Amino acid sequence: MTASTLPDLECDCLTKHFGASVAVDDVSFSVPAGSFFSVLGPSGCGKTTIMRMIAGFLEPTSGDIRIKGRSVLDVPPNKRPVNMVFQHLALFPMMNIADNIGYGLRRKGMAKGEIARKVDEVLDRIGLPGIGTRRVDELSGGQKQRVAIARCMVLEPDVLLLDEPLGALDLKLREHMKIELKALQAAFDTTFVYITHDQSEALVMSDQIAVMNTGRFEQMGTARDLYYRPQTAFVAGFVGDANRWQGRVIRAEGEALEIKTDGGLILRGVGPGRGLGIGDKAEVFVRPEAIRLAENTAQLSHFDTQISGHVSTILFNGAASRVIVADASGAEIEVTLPQSGEFAHLSRGMTVHIGWSGEQGNCFAAQGR
Amino acid sequence: MLCRAGAVTRMRAGQKLGLILLLTPLLLWLSLLIIIPHIDLFLLSLRERVGVRQYETSLANYTTILTEPLYMVTFARTAIMSILATALTLLIAFPVSYYIAKMVRGRARSVLFLMCLIPFWVSELVRTFGWMILLRESGVISGLLQWAGLAAGPVEMLYNDASIMVGLVYTSMLFMVVPLVTTLDSLDDAVIEAGYDLGGSGPSILREIVIPHAVPGIVSGSIVVFMLSLGNYLTPTMLGGKDSLWFTQMIYSQFIVRFNWELGAAFGFMLLVLSSLIVWVVLRMTGQTLEKTMG
Repeated sequence: MTASTLPDLECDCLTKHFGASVAVDDVSFSVPAGSFFSVLGPSGCGKTTIMRMIAGFLEPTSGDIRIKGRSVLDVPPNKRPVNMVFQHLALFPMMNIADNIGYGLRRKGMAKGEIARKVDEVLDRIGLPGIGTRRVDELSGGQKQRVAIARCMVLEPDVLLLDEPLGALDLKLREHMKIELKALQAAFDTTFVYITHDQSEALVMSDQIAVMNTGRFEQMGTARDLYYRPQTAFVAGFVGDANRWQGRVIRAEGEALEIKTDGGLILRGVGPGRGLGIGDKAEVFVRPEAIRLAENTAQLSHFDTQISGHVSTILFNGAASRVIVADASGAEIEVTLPQSGEFAHLSRGMTVHIGWSGEQGNCFAAQGR
Repeated sequence: MLCRAGAVTRMRAGQKLGLILLLTPLLLWLSLLIIIPHIDLFLLSLRERVGVRQYETSLANYTTILTEPLYMVTFARTAIMSILATALTLLIAFPVSYYIAKMVRGRARSVLFLMCLIPFWVSELVRTFGWMILLRESGVISGLLQWAGLAAGPVEMLYNDASIMVGLVYTSMLFMVVPLVTTLDSLDDAVIEAGYDLGGSGPSILREIVIPHAVPGIVSGSIVVFMLSLGNYLTPTMLGGKDSLWFTQMIYSQFIVRFNWELGAAFGFMLLVLSSLIVWVVLRMTGQTLEKTMG
């Protein structure tokens, strides 16, 4: 293997126990050079533990961490070619911006003039030239964010770790910073490892995403993979929104399944390679945007699942508006409201018909059968 | 409009009354116990006795202090030893406070904090007497040294400057630990971790991150400890013996033994000026303000 094809970061069977509890359970992954890798998971799933192990603040119980092919397990955090952007940024409030960014360079023993030049250079790159003499508390949230990244990037680390750095920002700024982070990553051409519980942050920015739950990686892949081809029930429920039913398989023909839900609905779905057979308990996930809304059944004739019901609630949210449709049994189904104007007159209580094709219904074996 | 304006005035008057009531204890305290005695002391220090019950206004008491070497030497000695005691207290209290604030969590932390407080449950007299039991010729340490064969005869460790220093540092410890723990506690752990992450070593993080952050606590603790040491009477008297003069002892002897209230008052004022001056210099040197360190 040549140096260029060597992944920047590899974790091999990484495990961490805290007393009797297992925070990270046998996790392996590798991040190719120059890519944006995200670990997505609910809080408490162990993603921060992984990050702290990579940064060197925690020692793994077992497993190995390699950076550019070299194990860093016995390298202390201040010697690792990895830098971290902390959740609350952790800028040094006792120093001005230039001293903050220059801190790591000073520790490396670089000459003063060289440090000043590098600091100016990186301030230019993050689009904040001339703020070197300002104090940390004079900056806005977004500016602090960029300074925190610059403070790491000036050291030219092999891997930059980001621990939910957007969590403290307000919504508008967060949306803006997502785009900016991606642009900064491209500009610095450095490997980013990003952890978050916010799926939209992960989906928008990442080249590769690992979805994590209770210490394990559920699935690893591109944003599209996770969204369209979830491999576990957890991923199907966690990434994107989905309607979810529980029931039993009543018919299985190859990959196509027919499921009778506990509420009595008959749904069609697919469960490729998941070994679901007749009588098995199953969960079905259907995304709101995969469901077609219509005024009469004729328009839905090409769908193999069709349900009629009435509008129970309209959740208006601009382009992301939804309708909650209640079927005869009272079960509620979320459906994306098309914004073409066709359903502008829709109101509560109106009768509507919905349908979707079988391959949109993702079936998984229900846990604890 | 009119009645609203009236209501507002009434409300303001009510607020004013509340403020006055709340401030009364403080103002009484300050004026009766601090301001009035000091004015009287100051006037007293400016009097010179020229005959029986005959007094003149003059600076004679101050010139006496400035021209008598014993007084000036004691004055300087007290100041220097207090500064030294403050520095030693800081040196010992800083690691202790860092440990309490950053290294331990939960129960262990309150236990440690309580252990710093426990010595203050007994009176200063008993505490100082404890040191005498340890350090005197027939005391515990002397006995141990003889038992271990490290000393041929009884060792006297009391009645010198070192024993005064031990007593002063011990008495002042808590007053340094409390402000230090408070400021160190407010330092985010992530900031220290960021220091390590960016390549900092232990000493450089201490120098560039922890100490700059702790400066307000260091300064306020040092001011309190310095003033306590400067004005301490019991410790130097009991542990210091005859040769170890302390300025407060001279004030005491002028007032009580010599019955020379005029000179005693002048001593008191010298001490006040000295402590104010040193505090001012320290604040200027560290770039702190009194509001920032005490606030």
